[in-house]
Amino acid sequence: MAQMNMLQAINQALSSEMESDETMTVFGEDVGHFGGVFRATSGLQEKFGRDRCFNTPLTEQGIAGFANGLASNGMTAVAEIQFADYIFPAIDQIVNESAKFRYRSGNEFDVGGLTFRTPYGGGIAGGHYHSQSPEAYFTQTPGLKVVVPRNPEQAKGLLIASIRDKNPVIFFEPKRLYRASVGEVPEGDYVIELGKAEVVKQGSDITLLGWGAQMEVLEKAAEMAAKKGISCEIVDLRTLSPWDIDTVAASVKKTGRLLINHEAPLTGGFAGEIAATIQEECFLYLESPIARVCGLDTPYPLIHEKEYMPDALKTFEAIKASVKF
Amino acid sequence: MSNATTNAETIHRVSFLDKDSLSIPILKVLQADGTAYEGAVLPVIDENLAKKIHDTCVFTRVLDERMLGAQRQGRISFYMTCTGEEASIIGSTAALDDGDVILAQYREHAAIRYRGFTTEQFMNQMFSNEKDFGKGRQMPIHYGSQELNYQTISSPLATQIPQATGVAYALKRQGKRNIAICYFGEGAASEGDFHAGLNMAAVLNSPVIFFCRNNGYAISTPTEEQFKGNGIASRGVGYGMHTIRVDGNDMLAVLAATQQARAYALEHNAPVLIEAMTYRLGAHSSSDDPSGYRSKDEEAKWQQHDPVKRFKLWMINKGWMNEQEDADLYVKYREEVLSELKVAEKVPTPHLDSIIEDVYDTPTPMLKKQLAQLKEHVKKYPESYPKSAGRV
Repeated sequence: MAQMNMLQAINQALSSEMESDETMTVFGEDVGHFGGVFRATSGLQEKFGRDRCFNTPLTEQGIAGFANGLASNGMTAVAEIQFADYIFPAIDQIVNESAKFRYRSGNEFDVGGLTFRTPYGGGIAGGHYHSQSPEAYFTQTPGLKVVVPRNPEQAKGLLIASIRDKNPVIFFEPKRLYRASVGEVPEGDYVIELGKAEVVKQGSDITLLGWGAQMEVLEKAAEMAAKKGISCEIVDLRTLSPWDIDTVAASVKKTGRLLINHEAPLTGGFAGEIAATIQEECFLYLESPIARVCGLDTPYPLIHEKEYMPDALKTFEAIKASVKF
Repeated sequence: MSNATTNAETIHRVSFLDKDSLSIPILKVLQADGTAYEGAVLPVIDENLAKKIHDTCVFTRVLDERMLGAQRQGRISFYMTCTGEEASIIGSTAALDDGDVILAQYREHAAIRYRGFTTEQFMNQMFSNEKDFGKGRQMPIHYGSQELNYQTISSPLATQIPQATGVAYALKRQGKRNIAICYFGEGAASEGDFHAGLNMAAVLNSPVIFFCRNNGYAISTPTEEQFKGNGIASRGVGYGMHTIRVDGNDMLAVLAATQQARAYALEHNAPVLIEAMTYRLGAHSSSDDPSGYRSKDEEAKWQQHDPVKRFKLWMINKGWMNEQEDADLYVKYREEVLSELKVAEKVPTPHLDSIIEDVYDTPTPMLKKQLAQLKEHVKKYPESYPKSAGRV
């Protein structure tokens, strides 16, 4: 085990996969010699050569299309979209092409070897165009897997699993944790199975569900609640699509309450999908309405970032309201 | 200057370039009577290759005629012809190696036929039956075959262009002596994917041929309303790639240009753009009526440049074929298409279970649950779901 931050863990995952899989390439804007704007790919070009880790022109549409082509011809492709806010020019290639390659061809062709990595989320004073959490646009699309890690150890294991998965994966990296989150990471090879949620902390009064950077918020809120005598169970969804209904439902059946927290705006957010499903699965176990603590239905603001965020304090208030209901 | 991309001379008074500054010539080899222009350099072609090209032309003509008829009779839901563009498609495909990967737009069924797609396979796809490789998930004409290196057609326009750049990059890294070829129309060249794909291919050194069928119309929009500038070819030059414009109704010109483009792409790991100047003699699709936007006179003029006829005359001049053999081939394919059509339309549709296959490599628990619920429902109301009832 070694102490490292999330960027180092991601870099290690990429490097070890490139070592074991000769067909793997890593590419995107500035990812070559420079190592990407966050340095997630630093050292890879020096180690594996310019034909395996390289800069592309500034065209997210092109990056995604190129990645589809590579993967459709049997290669492992890991494309970086510099910020998740800039994934929208690529949305046709991802939603209509990556997601449907296998289905539309009856499995004659697939792009299973494709992973998109992209930094998402706020908390970095980035304003509208460096802070969005666009995961719900992709969870609506059959054929894609959507994965979000919460710390370095998870990032490495989930990224390796995403790269090896036989389906196209969108891997959202919580950028405010890139350097802030430091922890023990196994040096060797390991994977964390996709599609499985993790019960991070056992509790009895309410289930707090989230993913990515918001897991820290949930932990903080749970500590605040504990001081009031409320016992929170914390679940990290980890894979949003396909998501682990069984683990979440089991937790909610135990605690009788559910709070879902995400940074993306409330309306049309993935919390709505979870709430609807859990309501079906656990209707007779619920002791209060399922709570959602989410971003506002505004573009991501700059100066009022703190107010926009579904932070620990807002979560704490929602926990109390749910328990008192 | 820090930007070292040009060694252009400097000038000292304002002087603009316009589209005529880059007037790109059109390669022609065959004359209308089937003889070569004086001094024209012929492609590499022998009697066998010529016969295979001609055979594919005749099959495609027959398929288009019969399947458009089948669509009109309501037997299939949709169809698209490539009538008038056979030389562009077959002339280019005939220049390739079977290991070269074809990424087509939708009007290039002659290319998959050239590779060996059988009449039965065409029919299975168009009737969406259980033998369709695509398991009945896409509209008619969306062919694809891994075995024939012909990627399955996708409806959204131009998406295959940057993909072809990626496929070609993969072929290069795999050390294969193969290229990718990407077909699209001049209308698709307006999409962002075109610009992204060409730029990336040039910059990343992908051995790919971008083959533009400039056929005059994007559905009903004529080229004058689609782009300014000197055709699509000038954009290739703009992206820094080898570019050639050919008479797209001239089988030998297309073959010659594509043979040399392929050799160049392989040798230099570089893309090439070919713009084939042709004309869509038919409608855009079976849902379209060209009489609403173009004249009969215009169509009649282009009938005189029929690429299939011109090539046939060349073969007759060479002594490689006669009119009777040509006529017999049409009869043979008319019978074959009709009989395979009758067989395919009686083959059952794909089983309902296949609806959840291939979304992912294995169905998710949610998909399995949804299928189970759907099957229960279909069993309850079989008369409302005739395609699946009795087989759930």
